[in-house]
Amino acid sequence: MLAVYIIIGVLVITFLTIYNSLVRRRNQVKNSWAQIDVQLKRRYDLIPNLVETAKGYMKHERETLEAVTNARNLAQQMSSAGAGERAKAEGELSSVLSRLLAVVENYPDLKANQNFLALQEELASTENKISFSRQFYNDSVLRYNNQTEMFPSNIVASMTGFKASEFFEVTLAAEREAPKVSFT
Amino acid sequence: MWEQIRSNQIRSVVLTIGMGALLILIGYFLGFYFFDSPIAGLLIAILVWAGLSLFGYFQGDSVLIRMSRAKKIGPGDHPRLYNIVEEMKIASGLEKMPAVYIIDDPALNAFATGRDPKRAAVAITSGLLQKLNRDELQGVIAHEISHIKNRDVLLMTMCSILLGTIVILAWYGSRFMIFGALTGSRRSSSSRGGGQGNIIILVVALVFMILAPIMAQLIYFAISRKREYLADASGALYTRYPEGLASALEKLGASTGQLKSANQATAPMYIVNPFRKKGMKASDLSSTHPSLSKRIRILRAMSGASFNDYDGAYRQVEQSGKGVIPAGSMAAAAVPLVTRKLEGEAAEPDEIHRTRETSDAMWKLSNYRTVTCDCGTRLRVPPNFKEPGIQCPHCGKTHQV
Repeated sequence: MLAVYIIIGVLVITFLTIYNSLVRRRNQVKNSWAQIDVQLKRRYDLIPNLVETAKGYMKHERETLEAVTNARNLAQQMSSAGAGERAKAEGELSSVLSRLLAVVENYPDLKANQNFLALQEELASTENKISFSRQFYNDSVLRYNNQTEMFPSNIVASMTGFKASEFFEVTLAAEREAPKVSFT
Repeated sequence: MWEQIRSNQIRSVVLTIGMGALLILIGYFLGFYFFDSPIAGLLIAILVWAGLSLFGYFQGDSVLIRMSRAKKIGPGDHPRLYNIVEEMKIASGLEKMPAVYIIDDPALNAFATGRDPKRAAVAITSGLLQKLNRDELQGVIAHEISHIKNRDVLLMTMCSILLGTIVILAWYGSRFMIFGALTGSRRSSSSRGGGQGNIIILVVALVFMILAPIMAQLIYFAISRKREYLADASGALYTRYPEGLASALEKLGASTGQLKSANQATAPMYIVNPFRKKGMKASDLSSTHPSLSKRIRILRAMSGASFNDYDGAYRQVEQSGKGVIPAGSMAAAAVPLVTRKLEGEAAEPDEIHRTRETSDAMWKLSNYRTVTCDCGTRLRVPPNFKEPGIQCPHCGKTHQV
């Protein structure tokens, strides 16, 4: 009789331990998603300032600047859409931004502007933060998904309704290729 | 709880227990010899250790910061450094942003401190800040954040306190023993009557007293080196770019300037051994850090950014079958490296710009004001400057302060 109690006790403790670690992992996935969101919003806020500062110096880059503004507005509209569409809009914004930062090299006056330099550092760092938070999010999703699929935690996961999460992938060709610098 | 005591900690914990055993043995010998009761000696040893530990636990981090005369910076003081720390905080998944400090010292070094991730801090010398480009700085900060994330700071503080206790007890113990043997005034001599057995015990105890601190130090160095490898591996994992850290270590290796404020107890927290001398072969057993050239070779041999890849690179460089990272902590997934733009290609400030940026930050942290004259001259106004205006020595224009 005692053996039965012990077995039941061990089972209950194992179940609770696995359940708690599932909850912890899922919360981490949620938190790291929020972290991406924070950084994307920061980028929306920075871009108008950057464009405003650059405008005075970059007379011949009206198109590039407009493309950046449009991509930013589009991405902001998409921020309530699903992960897939959102990733696409954000990827587009990243690629036009890197194009803008590449042509800045042709404007020595702009590069000497303290205000612009500070904005550029902020923007470059925000880009990094976006990719690092995406990296951490994907790592968290991987750990969480592994746990929901692997034995024995998959039993607990299916009993209590833990579902696998979606990765945040930006698989745009535009983001992969290096920005081209034109000297026209 | 079990998630915190990850398997990569276990080997270090075993070594720490080894040091603890040394301490207990010393206490035992002391008690046996001086008070005829091993328990009393144990009690003394443990009391000394506990007292020092409490001090180290609650005061260790602030002492380190104060001793190095580091200055705390905010996001506006040195945006690049602050941003990089924040980037690495995000990449490592730390919950709280660590405090960021700059040490005004031309030597090249950096350290992390804080007994738990919630009260962590990273500090970097102004010399290093000027020398490194963005990717290299990121590598260094990633290494330091790894120390925080892996809880190395607490482990190494506790280990150095253990080491300190062993050294103190062994030092006093062996002196008293020699003194006691020479004068024959040992308290317990009357009760046990002396003789052959006592002399043997005396000799064994004395040899142990001399050897214990050396053994403890070797264990301590072994733990420290292991944590360095692990921090390099985690740093590469966070940045996905081991070349950044490798190239930073290369620059660190080229300089032999010693950090004024470092000492033996705090050495393991720095990114490179602050006491290394020119041409010192740091791969031997008596160093807190593995040799720089080996660390660089391992980082450059990595084919991916995961712990697995670091372990593979370590085996390749060491040409041994034994890895450096315990198998339990390795994630199975492959982690690709990222490619970065080369220096100069991106809008990267050069060394002159970085030097100016850092010295500006240091002046500002010392409460100096900066006035930029129309002729391009920058005037530093000290905090105790009382005059209403200041004249530019270059063009003669007077500025209101």
